[in-house]
Amino acid sequence: MAAAQLLDIKDLTVEFATRRGLVRAVEKIDISLAKGETLGIVGESGSGKSVTSYAIMRILDRAGRIAEGAITFGGMDLRSASESRMRDLRGSEISMIFQNPRAALNPIRKIGKQIEDVLLRHGQARSSDAREKAIEVLTQVRIARPEERYHAYPFELSGGMCQRVVIALALACRPQLLIADEPTTGLDVTTQKAVMELIVELTRARGMSTILITHDLGLAAAYCGKVVVMEKGKVVEAAKSETIFRAPSHRYTRKLMRATPRPGITLRDLLPEDAAQPSSERPSKAAKGRPKLLSVRNLVKEYKRQGQGGGLSGSLAGIFGGKKTEPGDAMFRAVDGIGFDIAPGESLGLVGESGCGKSTTSMMVMRLIDPTSGGIFFKGEDIGAVPARNFARSPWRKHIQMVFQDPTDSLNPRYTAARAIADPLLRLDDGTDKRSTRARVEELAGLVGLPANLLGRFPHQLSGGQKARVGIARAIALHPELVILDEPTAALDVSVQAVVLNLLQELKATLGMSYLFVSHDLHVVRLLCDRVIVMRQGRIVEEGSAEQVLEAPKAAYTRELIAAIPHPPV
Amino acid sequence: MPTQIAKRLATAIPTLIGVVIVTFLLTRVLPGDTAVYFAGPAATPQAIEEVRKNLGLDKPLPAQFADYVKGLASGNLGQSLSTGQPVLSDIRTRLPASAELTLSGLLLAILIAVPLGIVAAVRQGSWIDHACRIVATAGVSLPVFFSGLLLVYVFYYKLDWAPPPLGRLDVFHSAPHYVTGFYLIDSLLAGNLDTFRAALAQLALPAVTLAVFALAPITRMTRASMLAALASDFVRTARANGLSFYTVIVTYAFRNAMLPVVTTLGMVFSFLLGANVLVEKVFAWPGIGSYAVDALIKSDYAPVQGFVLVMGILYVLLNFLIDLLYGIIDPRVRIEG
Amino acid sequence: MSPAEANTGAVGAPESANALAATLRHARYTFAENPVSGFAFFLFVLLLLCAAFGPYLVPYDPLASDTSAALAPPSLHHLFGTDQIGRDIFSRVIVATRLDMSIAIASVALVFALGGLAGIAAGFFGGWVDQVVGRLADTIMAFPLFVLAMGIVAALGNTVTNIVIATAIINFPLYARVARAEANIRREAGFVQAARLTGNGDIRILLTQILPNIMPIMVVQMSLTMGYAILNAAGLSFIGLGVRPPTPEWGIMVAEGAGFIVSGDWWIAFFPGLALMLAVFCFNLLGDGLRDIVDPQRRS
Repeated sequence: MAAAQLLDIKDLTVEFATRRGLVRAVEKIDISLAKGETLGIVGESGSGKSVTSYAIMRILDRAGRIAEGAITFGGMDLRSASESRMRDLRGSEISMIFQNPRAALNPIRKIGKQIEDVLLRHGQARSSDAREKAIEVLTQVRIARPEERYHAYPFELSGGMCQRVVIALALACRPQLLIADEPTTGLDVTTQKAVMELIVELTRARGMSTILITHDLGLAAAYCGKVVVMEKGKVVEAAKSETIFRAPSHRYTRKLMRATPRPGITLRDLLPEDAAQPSSERPSKAAKGRPKLLSVRNLVKEYKRQGQGGGLSGSLAGIFGGKKTEPGDAMFRAVDGIGFDIAPGESLGLVGESGCGKSTTSMMVMRLIDPTSGGIFFKGEDIGAVPARNFARSPWRKHIQMVFQDPTDSLNPRYTAARAIADPLLRLDDGTDKRSTRARVEELAGLVGLPANLLGRFPHQLSGGQKARVGIARAIALHPELVILDEPTAALDVSVQAVVLNLLQELKATLGMSYLFVSHDLHVVRLLCDRVIVMRQGRIVEEGSAEQVLEAPKAAYTRELIAAIPHPPV
Repeated sequence: MPTQIAKRLATAIPTLIGVVIVTFLLTRVLPGDTAVYFAGPAATPQAIEEVRKNLGLDKPLPAQFADYVKGLASGNLGQSLSTGQPVLSDIRTRLPASAELTLSGLLLAILIAVPLGIVAAVRQGSWIDHACRIVATAGVSLPVFFSGLLLVYVFYYKLDWAPPPLGRLDVFHSAPHYVTGFYLIDSLLAGNLDTFRAALAQLALPAVTLAVFALAPITRMTRASMLAALASDFVRTARANGLSFYTVIVTYAFRNAMLPVVTTLGMVFSFLLGANVLVEKVFAWPGIGSYAVDALIKSDYAPVQGFVLVMGILYVLLNFLIDLLYGIIDPRVRIEG
Repeated sequence: MSPAEANTGAVGAPESANALAATLRHARYTFAENPVSGFAFFLFVLLLLCAAFGPYLVPYDPLASDTSAALAPPSLHHLFGTDQIGRDIFSRVIVATRLDMSIAIASVALVFALGGLAGIAAGFFGGWVDQVVGRLADTIMAFPLFVLAMGIVAALGNTVTNIVIATAIINFPLYARVARAEANIRREAGFVQAARLTGNGDIRILLTQILPNIMPIMVVQMSLTMGYAILNAAGLSFIGLGVRPPTPEWGIMVAEGAGFIVSGDWWIAFFPGLALMLAVFCFNLLGDGLRDIVDPQRRS
């Protein structure tokens, strides 16, 4: 006997008018949600999960419309409701929170006022008590010193605090349903945990229903009772959380489950069951006694801090993990005296949250920026002594290469894929002619699994995974000995990530390279790396083998990081 | 807040210095013998020599510059050959006329362009949106002197609604008692409605001409900036929280959209002050623009240089005020800067 | 929120690396999509033809006066009427195209070369280059631009060359600023970092990575400035600078006709003004259309 559903979606189809004609972003989907339930909608990019939520709220883009189907909320037909009726519902009965919390707030309006706007609009407060109620709402989302924060502008708050304010706005009028669209993407894993727990606490206490839209299976598993899996606009599976995770029935769900990095598996296990097995075994660890490929000693990077450190910004810095600065403290140490080694053939993981200094470190090792002090030694030579400006012309340049995080940003939009891959060959490899360059490019494309017919395309004509392959091909073109990978799969769908990680492992074995793998994702690091370094506030807090750091961490911070990773209920 | 003002003033000063240097250079770049130009076409060789000594043209350049600056400090911008008066007093007398014209034109433009841009952005694709885009493109393409002449032809010659384009007041009225120099304000202050009406009638066409000119950049910027604001994440949040149409458009979108518009005001003023010169010529408006143009035709150089200098200084001050205004509106600048 | 177009991979991309063929194809597509741009392009070609061949094809000598036919309104004999000394306005307007277009093209070319390169260098290298270019731009921008142009032409001398120089100078800050901003954005872009990794030095990066990526914006800017340059030159001529009578030039023709508007002889000022308007309009629309063509993101 099913209880009356709070939200009932039947046969929903959403179409968009695009240059290429009508596109169906969502096709005949059925979703139902009871009161107090938490539903996770999981899918990769293009699955239509966000479009579904926009359709429920009726805030679709101008080009989009609900073509078919019905959406019923508390017995009311949302599809045919008038705009003014929807406006009454939004924020008071159904609320939504989005990704990128800082951009979601009005930058030139005090956050207290923004909360008041919502309260006054839905009759939850009068102008006489609006301020008091707004402060109360801020308290409920655990914002410290709410009377002070009432007067703050979004730019004065950290990302995590901004998301709390966004949640405050959404929950101020006690809606029945909260839709959260990737609310923690882009936030650090510890902040993510705090935000999700806040959402869970508040929604449970008020008997609210929640829809959590995410690409992260682990997140859905940890926080949702029911899960719906979407692929290319269709629902492929809908079941209770435990069922999905213990016994997924649809092929796509199984593929997603397999592709999600988790403890206790190897890289090969990420691929779909029927995928071709990669040819090489995991290579043996670097033999001891060989000279170190890369040595970093006492590396420091300082930046001038803008303005004074005291006051609001100083204490805020203290809250989200940065150093609390004293007035007159003009320098900021992004990297505060670290040292590590990488042996030939070894893969070293560098993990930490935002602001820990890992990206700055990798930039220095890459010789794109200069260290303030300290040494960087490559095969015994002090490459830190060569200024970054001149490094492009140094003979060492071709031995150290990088795969960038954002494949779109790191490819010249006016270069075809072939030209981008050929660039290092043309610049750094003397004695090659046009024909052999072309042959080399095709060979490299083959190595990374990029079909040769895509070589003539421009970046905007390639998919995310294809662009990532171009970036990798370019990086390995001259068989560098050290490749730095800066979050290379962060922007990719999880199934694409699985393929790319396996590819990276294969290439490392085939070409005998070492990796410095920078990431915030501990599971990914464990799969690809031999050793791991954990950074915090510019310092190394723990290092050791991957198994040891991730299964038996010594430092409290590492334990905190690992505990914050969401995982399915066991 | 006072530190903000001081900081901005500090950046304005080097610009002022630059203005003075450039105008000084312009006086020395005249082709041929500078003294000949300042002495006038009818001067005798002795007169030319006297002018040369007066201007200190026989001294080395740095000394000349020092003299020039000293002269400026004591308000000496040279003498006009055609009016026989010191340039500074000529400019002072004529400045209110230009100011009244420019400000009226700008005000009129803002009153039309901003609402037009807002509505065009909110009702994208509607006829107002298309009208806005046409206004923007046509306004930019129309030479300001041409539109002035067209308006004269239609409203004066054909329809007889406007008075002849002969200046600030017709022969039947005299200027009101001088308080601000703005005829509209002064006549109201004196309670003289008749003069007010006459002044308004004379001001109408030239102000509309300037307004048409300024409409285009303002409405284009308002529309573009409103579109960007309406597409932003925070407006999406406001909508998702069910805020009213008015709140979303005005409190959330418009206030943010106005920021880029204020920044473009500086550029709009640059165009306006230039267009002012042309409009003054078409309507025989006795402002500093026509003063400079008349002097140019008569090869009288001191007024032209005085004009360029005064305009430069005025413009720097205007930009400084706009910067201040922006700093007041945008808390990010106020608090972090 | 938008349907997933990008991640499924594009269809129908040109196989060969023949960028020019692809550009032309895209140009045709853009003009077909947007008839207004097509119209602007057509107008542009018309202007070029008038400038090149006009003087040979006009019915009357632009300088020949015929006092018996003075102040004649438009008719079949004189399409645009005649002015106060009987010159045929139609011929004068057509012949003036060459002068106005040349002034505009010359100033735009000059300012692109100086301002564009200065701006790119300032944006890319930063440091003292940025300071110097910035100071120069700021000093020019400290004046209302038309006023400064007046001052420059007055100082340098009343010739057409000086109009070109003055127009180039007053447009310098805009170009420098646009180029600098674009170079600055791209300086830290991933692909520039990647280019450094593959062994490209700074100058090479400037020329091969940054400049080609900035060209579309600069071309759009150039088209828009052409319109502004024509207006500027006409404005200067209107107040008696640069061009001297009896040379046919649109601005000075409007000035000559201005006095006759109040007595109802509207055609003397109207037609040159109309020509001015059409030319500027054409360049503005063209700039918008060009932006659509050269932006690689818009290609499909």
